[in-house]
Amino acid sequence: MNAPLLEARGLARHFRQRGTHRVLRAVDGLDFTIEEGSTLGVVGESGSGKSTLARLVMALDRPTAGEVIFAGENLFTQPSHRLARLRRGFQMVFQDPYGSLDPRQTVARIIAEPLHLDPEAPRGTARRARVTEVLNQVGLAAGDADRLPHQFSGGQRQRIAIARALISGPRLVVADEPVSALDLSVQAQVLNLLMDLRDQQGLAFLFISHNLAVVQVLADRIAVMYRGRFVESGPADEIFRRPMHPYTRLLLEAEPRIDAPRRQARSSAPSSRGEGADNWISACAFAARCPHATEECTAGTPAATAVAPDHLVTCHYAGQI
Amino acid sequence: MKLELEKLAVSLRGEPPLPLIADMSFRLEEGGTLGIVGESGSGKSLLALAIIGLLPGGMQAKGRILLDGRDLLGLPESELCHVRGARIGMIFQEPMTALNPAMRIGDQIAEGLLWHRKLGGAAARAEALRLLERVRMPEAARRFAFYPHELSGGQRQRVGIAIALAPGPQLLIADEPTTALDVTVQSEILDLLAELVAESAMSLILISHDLGIIAGMAERTLVMYAGTRFEEGPTETVLRHPLNPYTRGLLQAMPQRGLPGTDERDRRARRLASIPGSVPQAGHLAPGCRFADRCAMAIPACRPVEPAWRELAPRHAVRCIRAEALL
Repeated sequence: MNAPLLEARGLARHFRQRGTHRVLRAVDGLDFTIEEGSTLGVVGESGSGKSTLARLVMALDRPTAGEVIFAGENLFTQPSHRLARLRRGFQMVFQDPYGSLDPRQTVARIIAEPLHLDPEAPRGTARRARVTEVLNQVGLAAGDADRLPHQFSGGQRQRIAIARALISGPRLVVADEPVSALDLSVQAQVLNLLMDLRDQQGLAFLFISHNLAVVQVLADRIAVMYRGRFVESGPADEIFRRPMHPYTRLLLEAEPRIDAPRRQARSSAPSSRGEGADNWISACAFAARCPHATEECTAGTPAATAVAPDHLVTCHYAGQI
Repeated sequence: MKLELEKLAVSLRGEPPLPLIADMSFRLEEGGTLGIVGESGSGKSLLALAIIGLLPGGMQAKGRILLDGRDLLGLPESELCHVRGARIGMIFQEPMTALNPAMRIGDQIAEGLLWHRKLGGAAARAEALRLLERVRMPEAARRFAFYPHELSGGQRQRVGIAIALAPGPQLLIADEPTTALDVTVQSEILDLLAELVAESAMSLILISHDLGIIAGMAERTLVMYAGTRFEEGPTETVLRHPLNPYTRGLLQAMPQRGLPGTDERDRRARRLASIPGSVPQAGHLAPGCRFADRCAMAIPACRPVEPAWRELAPRHAVRCIRAEALL
């Protein structure tokens, strides 16, 4: 088998909280691979560390421990000129199509921006032709190049952001909540575009979202993130058919569904996210919220256990619940 | 309490005025739940503000908003102030911006009690604590003296609900109450709202862009598009057998999870049904049906005049001349 396109080993990013000795473990020891042309979907709630993970994979931040290897090269041991060249291979799409585009620059300039740092990038008419090419790939017209971002709708702006990510001919696109700010009718257009790009250009994605249903559209594999760790990972279909971690199940149950019966007037639960859950370093991070938690769960950190080929669950009771 | 909207229209004053909401009528019975669903720009938040009389300056409402038969649009500000505090409660999307950051949460809840229920200071605080327990705030007595920034997002929204409940309203309007929250916290807040509505005779208007939330909460569903109503009926019927192509398009565009994954090639070949284009902005509406430019079922007859609102089944109405094709 070929080496994976991207590999993360023991990846961790800890932040020291100002004025205290407390350490926030935003990303806490992740191992994963992304194969050429395949999509890893990372699902997690706010504060799970998924955006910090995206920044590490993009080499926009340095890890506290561990490494990221892209196409065989360790991103954090490269001299800056080599890292700049490697960056052609991985690009990013952000959540907010309003905040991520400079309102004073033309679409052509915005899209061509990743090329500015690259001395070998095409210039002049060749650059212009390349801008037209990626505009067409995302479903916009060549004439849109001279317009300004405010002249576009949210969905079109996200297409511009995708075109910017494509211009350097990347093999991996890191997409952090790329459709969360879009209306439902437009969200489907953008997800379809990402799938087309995956199929036509063999792009791989690290696709990050809080929304399981959205992740499932694109992902071949899914990792469920909770407090900096993957609590469950495996093939997308397997995760949905046989979710094994209590947190994955909680997420699946909590998701509103149009075919679910109306909420019964049962006695509702108190707010579940109190404090006092910070001492989980030597415990399962989910123990404080887990309906199945026992003493063992607060006594030791669970290890990832394979419950099926390629299906890992980080739970003391993996496969038993 | 019964709420009836009759031909409500909202416009931005100017020459000529810019229409923002047109032809909104519905009736909400005492104890009923109505879900209003729409994408951004559909006018659903503006509608909520019009009902409680908090339209931004420069906007004008016409038509009638009848609360137990009394037209709110004709009321002087002093009377309206009493109505919106005491009889209609509102919950906003972003609990951090709806709360006063420099005031303890207990005092914020008590404020409405002092004003609207004329309680004394001690009685208001005791009642505020009871409300905080009512919305299932953990350790309510201790958190009573907290400031909003010391609470999680879900806890803040519980405070927002307690404030709305304080004067004992008969109608609660919740505008995207869980959009800023994580999915597990969202589920807790929706459970709480369902419980509060079920145990009182309070009516609920729940505004959301999420059809799944509406399905779980509302007996009736009203679909808005570009400033007007497109379909209204019993929630199950609207979601299972929509009569408007827009409603159907929204339902089909929802990513469905857990579709059986046959083999990888089939799975990768799947695409979502999407609606081309985007929601038109106010002032850029084509004549005729507002959705015609994006509608796969549009025919020439959709363009010249705006379709009328018509009832096709008992208490199931639609604005579309092609609705029969979906029956």
